[in-house]
Amino acid sequence: MMPHMLLANANGGVDFMIHGIFSYEIFGQEVWITTSHVCLLIVVICMLIFFFAAGQVFKHAKAVPGYLQCALEFAVEFLDGIVNGAMGEKGKGFRNYVGTLFLFILFSNISGLLGLRPPTADYGVTLPLGLITFSLIRINEVRYNNLWSIWKDKCSPLPPWLPIWLPINVIGDCAVPVSLSLRLFANVLSGTVMMALVYGLLAKIAIGWPAALHVYFDLFSGAIQTYVFCMLTVTYIGSAIGDNEETVLKRMIRRSKEKKAA
Amino acid sequence: MEFNENFILGCSAIGAGLAVIAGIGPGVGQGIAAGYGASAVGRNPGAQGKIMSTMLLGQAVAETTGLYGLLIAMLLLFVKPLISK
Repeated sequence: MMPHMLLANANGGVDFMIHGIFSYEIFGQEVWITTSHVCLLIVVICMLIFFFAAGQVFKHAKAVPGYLQCALEFAVEFLDGIVNGAMGEKGKGFRNYVGTLFLFILFSNISGLLGLRPPTADYGVTLPLGLITFSLIRINEVRYNNLWSIWKDKCSPLPPWLPIWLPINVIGDCAVPVSLSLRLFANVLSGTVMMALVYGLLAKIAIGWPAALHVYFDLFSGAIQTYVFCMLTVTYIGSAIGDNEETVLKRMIRRSKEKKAA
Repeated sequence: MEFNENFILGCSAIGAGLAVIAGIGPGVGQGIAAGYGASAVGRNPGAQGKIMSTMLLGQAVAETTGLYGLLIAMLLLFVKPLISK
């Protein structure tokens, strides 16, 4: 027996890896459909059903809300509260993104309860989420600040004519998506590994009590990480926008109009 | 000098164990955050919800370094980057 097969062979196997289901060739490159694609598909279908049901509830909304409408209103208010708390009025446009992000990550993390391998325990799922957030941060920084103030911000502890600190700030900015995605990935992966170890190595006595571990690793940890991801997204975008109330383009149009009027 | 594959795997396992020591830092940090959170709730029980969410956010950020250690351990044990294929 090879030493690295020790874990794989113990008591029926500890298995938390991603498995390929079938492969196909595209442009001479071998591409695999894996278990995380399947889990992702299941999660997305569940979300679509949930959203469809929620839409029907809101379409026939009553003045005196029932249980379901009450829960949905609470959820929407909570998601709006995340954005409004960090960004105020400017955050209106980001409610859709943050709400979608929150529900997607939450559903993905909780899917471990249903015996799926959580899609967020695959770095290929969390890195794109981090990159979307990163592009939102940078795009909004350019939309709301003029180039001079961005330059000043990037040289920030030192005066703008001495850009020695610039590379360090740029590296710090580029580390944002990596740290965001790795945090979520490693948290969910650690939960997945722990559950796989419990079910794999303690298979004979794992009756009933792993449910308590599921509550911690899937529900609590998953919900906390979801909240943290969304909170950090909103905070980063908010700090990139700064104190500006309107976009650079709008400001320029307003000023030119004022000049014409004067 | 040529090294046996099993020797490298054993060293990787030791390295993985050492990498998980990174968990000490976040443990201390999260404990400090929780302690200050508790004292803040003691001083101002009305703001418990806000203190709780701030504390959890800070703890989750502090947890990241420990998770990096875990990730390194995972890579050493399961991806085995030190063995040339």
